[in-house]
Amino acid sequence: MAEVFGVSIQGLFGQLLVGLLNGSFYAILSLGLAIIFGLLNIINFAHGAQYMMGAFLAWIGMTYLGVGYWWALLLSPLLVGAFGMLLERGMLKRLYKLDHLYGLLLTFGLALIFEGLFRYRFGISGESYPVTEGLAGGKNLGFMFLPKYRVWVVAASLAVCLGTWYVIERTKLGSYLRAGTENPALLQAFGVNVPLIITLTYGYGVALAAFAGVLAAPIFNVNPVMGSNLIIVVFAVVVVGGMGSIMGSIVTGFALGLIEGIVKSGMIANLLGSIFDSLPVAGSVIYPVKLLFSPEASAVTIFVIMAIVLLVRPAGLFGRER
Amino acid sequence: MSGTYSDLAGPGSLAAVQMAVADFIAREKPDFKIEVISADHQNKGDIAAIKAREWIDTEKVDMIVDLVTTSTALAVMKVAKEKNRITIVSGAASTPITNEQCTDTNVHWTYDTYALAVGTGKAVVKQGGKSWFFLTADYAFGKSLEKDTSEVVLKEGGKVLGHVLHPFPAQDFSSFLLQAQSSGAQVIGLANAGNDTINAIKQAAEFGITPKQSLAGLLMFLSDVHSLGLKATQGMYLTTGFYWDRNNETRAWSKRFFEKRKKMPTMVHAGDYSAVTHYLKAVKASGTDDTKTVMDRMKATPVNDFFAKNGKIRVDGRMVHDMYLVQVKKPSESKYPWDYYFIRQVIPAGQAFMPLSESKCPLVKK
Repeated sequence: MAEVFGVSIQGLFGQLLVGLLNGSFYAILSLGLAIIFGLLNIINFAHGAQYMMGAFLAWIGMTYLGVGYWWALLLSPLLVGAFGMLLERGMLKRLYKLDHLYGLLLTFGLALIFEGLFRYRFGISGESYPVTEGLAGGKNLGFMFLPKYRVWVVAASLAVCLGTWYVIERTKLGSYLRAGTENPALLQAFGVNVPLIITLTYGYGVALAAFAGVLAAPIFNVNPVMGSNLIIVVFAVVVVGGMGSIMGSIVTGFALGLIEGIVKSGMIANLLGSIFDSLPVAGSVIYPVKLLFSPEASAVTIFVIMAIVLLVRPAGLFGRER
Repeated sequence: MSGTYSDLAGPGSLAAVQMAVADFIAREKPDFKIEVISADHQNKGDIAAIKAREWIDTEKVDMIVDLVTTSTALAVMKVAKEKNRITIVSGAASTPITNEQCTDTNVHWTYDTYALAVGTGKAVVKQGGKSWFFLTADYAFGKSLEKDTSEVVLKEGGKVLGHVLHPFPAQDFSSFLLQAQSSGAQVIGLANAGNDTINAIKQAAEFGITPKQSLAGLLMFLSDVHSLGLKATQGMYLTTGFYWDRNNETRAWSKRFFEKRKKMPTMVHAGDYSAVTHYLKAVKASGTDDTKTVMDRMKATPVNDFFAKNGKIRVDGRMVHDMYLVQVKKPSESKYPWDYYFIRQVIPAGQAFMPLSESKCPLVKK
């Protein structure tokens, strides 16, 4: 079997595809964060909790009310989004004039409260959400078995991401939104209801998180901490992409998913190993570098990239200096 | 109490201990007062040790029980030894608790990684699962579980093709599972616990890895199977120290527990009840709460209750009792709620745990 740096070609394709699958979650979550940050200047730390609530609502709907997957995919984001709008009207609104930190602390506190309540009610082991009938099973591609459901996840998140990008960058509504980002006072002076736009934007960002949550429900175990495990990575994605940059967050989400996939395959570690072997460097230097890109450190990879990007381009790959 | 392990121990453990105390008072009418206090150690050794010190110094606590997660168990055992108080570990699993780090004031009650490895590892190899690949949580417990199991697999004539370490905790296992898949091993050993195990099993089914290759959950609790559902777990072998539906005695106790918690007990919960009852009986029989006297009495008295028959506490602190190799039922075989396991084999106490001759505990005289 042909090999690239100790990983079979088949294995590599598999890892790349898996990376893409994971990247679609990063993309859709970071997109929501980027939109919220762009207009509200709020770092929405409750994003992970809202993602979790989306997944849980789907599960609750299925278990207690007999609501199927497709309805959940529509209703859960609507409900969580509406709840988000209430939060914005009731709480976040009061913080816009203050430093970013206040918004961050408030949403962080809210996230802890939501997670705590769900833990209290549902326990930590979580619940299992079945893959819906039509999307169960998969296709053997030769180099890997591709579950149908994952293909759907990539397609759905790509569609939602690109649709969102189109609305924001190419429509009248989107132009208001971008104008609001630049100069809310001026936009208000033109007679546009800026507070309403802000509320709707926050609601939409939150709904995106809930949408991702429903998409994730059949793959990951639906549990109260599923969001907090993911959200830190997603923040890193947003920082790498550039805070508030729409396209940046989409592209970076997919790209970092891919990179993470390659690191998990062990290929980078093997590659670094073979490069270092040919260089006259001490083992004590090689080891930590290799370790940083080893499969067991894959959770760290994205943060290493984030640190490098922050050093080289503090505004992120797609961001503009303000 | 709300961490990764709060369903398998957590509030259920506290409930079990309270039940044990209430039952003991009703049955034995002791002439001493029993108080139960609890704290959440957040799976952190330092927090657990500070709490234990505070309890012993100011609250005059005589015995500390449960202690889920190895790091907290070891930390509290050390404090208790120094202050001459008793610890009974029911939640944690690693073998150093009764080996390198054993103390004469500690009992390890419910299970350990050696028992899990022997039970599940042996059974799976005997079923024809000769080649293994491990998916291992990248910390002390995962590595200890992998090591113990590999040894059993090799001893039984199987082979180990490789392993991959995953970050702890992890959400997405697909990359790691693909590596396990391309190894071609018959069996993928999951040397992890809690949500990591749950997600790995779920995603293995999704990527068509099972049922072609089979999974061996090396540490799985009833709460995990409940969460995953039988569809995802059917046919898996696992080793446990307790199953609620084993006989009339276990059913009777478990149903009482269920009334309180609306969940069937895990082996950790049952072990807590059993341990606390044994301790209280020893206190009553010796007429003192002096550590050495009570400990000697506990070691001299066999444990006979719904949890263990003829259980014995060895000099290294290991409570040896029968373990059970169980297989998870198919959804069609499950007749009522929580009807999850077939008991395939009773592993006799003498074989279930590491023999004293292999022990690294300094208390064992060879």
